[in-house]
Amino acid sequence: MAKRCGDSEERADGGRARGLGRREFIRAAAALTAAGITLIGPHAWAARALGDGPSRKRLVVVFMRGAVDGLNVVVPTGDGPYYEQRPTIAIPRGGDGGAINLDGHFGLNPALDGLMPYWNDGTLAFVHACGSPDPTRSHFDAQDFMESGTPGVKATSDGWMNRVIAALPGAHGPTAAVSLGPTVPRILSGAMAVANIPLGRAADHPMPLDNPKIEDAFDRLYDGRDALSRAYQEGRVARQRLLGDLMADMREADNGAPGPAGFGNDTDRLARLIARDPGIRLAFAALGGWDTHVSEGSNKGQLTNHLKPLGDGLASFARQLGPAYDDTVILVISEFGRTVHENGNGGTDHGHGNVMWVMGGPVRGRRVYARWNGLDPGSLYQERDVPVTTDFREPIGQVLGVHMGLGAPALGRIFPGAPAASGNTSGLIKA
Amino acid sequence: MGAAARPLHALNRVAFGPRPGDAARVRQIGVERYLEQQLDAASIAEPPALSERIAGLRTLHMTPVDLFREFQEPIRAAAKGDVAAQQAARRQARQVIDEAAEARIVRALYGPRQLQEVMTAFWFNHFNIFAGKGLCSIWTGAFEEEAIRPHTLGRFRDLLGATAMHPAMLFYLDNWQNTAPGAPGTHGKFDGINENYARELMELHTLGVNGGYTQTDVIALAHILTGWGLVKGGAGNGQPPHGGMGLREGSGDAALPGNPWWRRSTQAGGGRARRPDGSHGPVGPCGFYFDPPRHDFGGQTLLGHQIAGGGIAQGERALDILARSPATANHLSYQLAQYFVADNPSNKLVSRLAARYQASDGNLRDVLATLFSSPEFWDPHCYGVKFKTPYEYAISAARAVGAEVINVRPLTGTMAQMGMPLYGCPTPDGYKNTAAAWLNPEAMMMRLSFATALGAGRLPLERGPGDNPAPMAGVKHPERVRQVEFNGASAAPDAAQLALTLADAFSPRTADAVEAAPIQLRTPLILGSPEFMMR
Repeated sequence: MAKRCGDSEERADGGRARGLGRREFIRAAAALTAAGITLIGPHAWAARALGDGPSRKRLVVVFMRGAVDGLNVVVPTGDGPYYEQRPTIAIPRGGDGGAINLDGHFGLNPALDGLMPYWNDGTLAFVHACGSPDPTRSHFDAQDFMESGTPGVKATSDGWMNRVIAALPGAHGPTAAVSLGPTVPRILSGAMAVANIPLGRAADHPMPLDNPKIEDAFDRLYDGRDALSRAYQEGRVARQRLLGDLMADMREADNGAPGPAGFGNDTDRLARLIARDPGIRLAFAALGGWDTHVSEGSNKGQLTNHLKPLGDGLASFARQLGPAYDDTVILVISEFGRTVHENGNGGTDHGHGNVMWVMGGPVRGRRVYARWNGLDPGSLYQERDVPVTTDFREPIGQVLGVHMGLGAPALGRIFPGAPAASGNTSGLIKA
Repeated sequence: MGAAARPLHALNRVAFGPRPGDAARVRQIGVERYLEQQLDAASIAEPPALSERIAGLRTLHMTPVDLFREFQEPIRAAAKGDVAAQQAARRQARQVIDEAAEARIVRALYGPRQLQEVMTAFWFNHFNIFAGKGLCSIWTGAFEEEAIRPHTLGRFRDLLGATAMHPAMLFYLDNWQNTAPGAPGTHGKFDGINENYARELMELHTLGVNGGYTQTDVIALAHILTGWGLVKGGAGNGQPPHGGMGLREGSGDAALPGNPWWRRSTQAGGGRARRPDGSHGPVGPCGFYFDPPRHDFGGQTLLGHQIAGGGIAQGERALDILARSPATANHLSYQLAQYFVADNPSNKLVSRLAARYQASDGNLRDVLATLFSSPEFWDPHCYGVKFKTPYEYAISAARAVGAEVINVRPLTGTMAQMGMPLYGCPTPDGYKNTAAAWLNPEAMMMRLSFATALGAGRLPLERGPGDNPAPMAGVKHPERVRQVEFNGASAAPDAAQLALTLADAFSPRTADAVEAAPIQLRTPLILGSPEFMMR
């Protein structure tokens, strides 16, 4: 048979299974998982078993795919043109169903009232007029750039969160980075292993491979160092570990009320996993449904209907984290914003600058960080969109630097070619 | 590539992998002859059993207009009624997408015109629409049947035109509401430019994102396409003209719960659709309608071409320009080469295909013929290097074991679980077909679970629709899993036969692992082997 192109790829993640053969390592991890559940309890096993580094600092990124209309999320109620340009979809200034006042100039979409306790306790901030400097209005290119972390450079093969795993000392366990959903998103793709948490009810279904005889047979098939074997081996280890967490989780969930539907449910589970498993350092989830070209609605309608479960889901996520909230930063990002003016169909088209949400114990919140130039046509990007006055890599860089403890050389590898900081988000993260 | 490998390679790329006997048959008639036949799909007879099964899928053969009447009107009517009536109407409508999925899958499993099935999946994905968006839930099957399938081996311009005039596409990418600002037909939410379709038409369907267009071109094309929409009703006497489907202004996410567009729209519908007799535009066979009062009749400049003022002809001219653009030739050639040859196809191959595209005025059959006779297609280094998508994996596995599939849900459920629900990609860029997109640890776990269930004969593929066809039912409970493996399953496909079907093309490692495994696990191992993950 001919040579297989995929077989020759090797990669530099050797540190994980050092000293043990792959299969021995898998077996050891499996045994420890079992031991953890029955003997030392779900809270303790992971840390003891795999010896992760002392840091418990986490980063969670939520990607709103489809370009959310940031002007209707954090509403510039102080800008007259906002109301002139959006006759039917503007969020009213105040009162019942109006924007919830944040700082006098900006107000929050009332569907996000579930997040107000976090704003009020100073752990929720927003960065407005933020985004990618690349001018593309293609969803796919813009998402790609925001996930590769290299706007304008298509050749980058891995995602910036994967480069973060590589840079974090001790964060090389099979569940150092987890993604909600069955595939690995661009932002997490790359040389470092990533675990997937299946969504929905299928998440905790036992698999045939949990049967040792079946596992043994497949172990022989995938005992190499080729791409498929590595994926298999990583899948087995992550499965053992997450299965342990999930089973403990199910036991606990039985005691509580059922979680909210959809996003809330899955993020609640993620939160409990994070709270329990200190090996999880990075997590990612993506949500769609934000491409509101038609019938976007104001304080009632499509956008609001989508924001409500997200806001409530994040609040619930924060609650489920418990004390781990103090060590967690949650970023909510989207590829670009939408036009200031509403279009002919009660919606908005693709724009430029947007708002980033930054939440968590380490955040210096209760503040909208922005260099905000207003919405007069002359201040807009191409006379139609919110300009990008803060590069998205700047606040993320602060999170990675101040919160996750990465130094300048690591940041340079994670965001190569990023511009010098504007200072617009100085102090975003508490030192 | 050695002669021994060629039949299997052709079946893996041009078809959804071999069924029992296929490899021997291709060896017998010769790979060249097999490819010629596949390129001439009409020359291949369809087995009567398949034709009958397809014919029996009633909603597959309905036009969008009729689908709207039969399935959307009741939902609209039930909105005033109780919850049970609404649920019943929605359940009825659900039948439409189920039948579309069944048609797609049984043709892929049993259809002898395999290249056509491969290209139908390919071009549907290229012109992706999402069955979860409003009326697309009842129009997705019609879109594939009317706009995609007939043109897969024809001219790209015909394919492009058919998608551009299909209600499903116009609805999905919002163009049905795209209206010239200040035009006489402006009303309600039909009150201005919507760039969505114009942008994706250039970025995804034709030129490609680096195809040299600008935001100015997007806006020009959006103006050109104003008034391209759906047959609509509400003309004075309340009777839809032109056998129309009674869609009214403001129609939005029709089938989405909590979005009762018909309530807020009826009022506008009565008064606004009037137009002087004879001023309406052409009606397409599928429910396309060009609405002159909402069109911008001004001249436009698109990609440097002057497009004179006019009506629907402006859009036709724009599609001509886009279909003939060298950027389109390159973009489509890259995608075809990536699908058929390798994740990163060589520039040389892409250029050769693009040249063929240009020389043949976008004849897709010619481009494919060039591709299948290229040295790159037969390069031994490109053998077995494409990691199957979940769709390809599930279909090829069911084909390889010769499964009798009465119930397609275990297959569609598997695809959904692996992140590739059929007709369920919400974004217009469709699914990727590269290893980078699909190869990950969790995917391996899910594939091996599926391989084990299918290989042990435990997927409920032979059950009737009423027999609780829960996807992956055999793998949910560990105690049942154990039974699956060690009590022996009567219907388990035979490992020796499977190996023969796959031309015994296994690495020593796979052969050894299969050899060493308990007999009940051999079929699962072959289906879960690296060789079978790749095509």
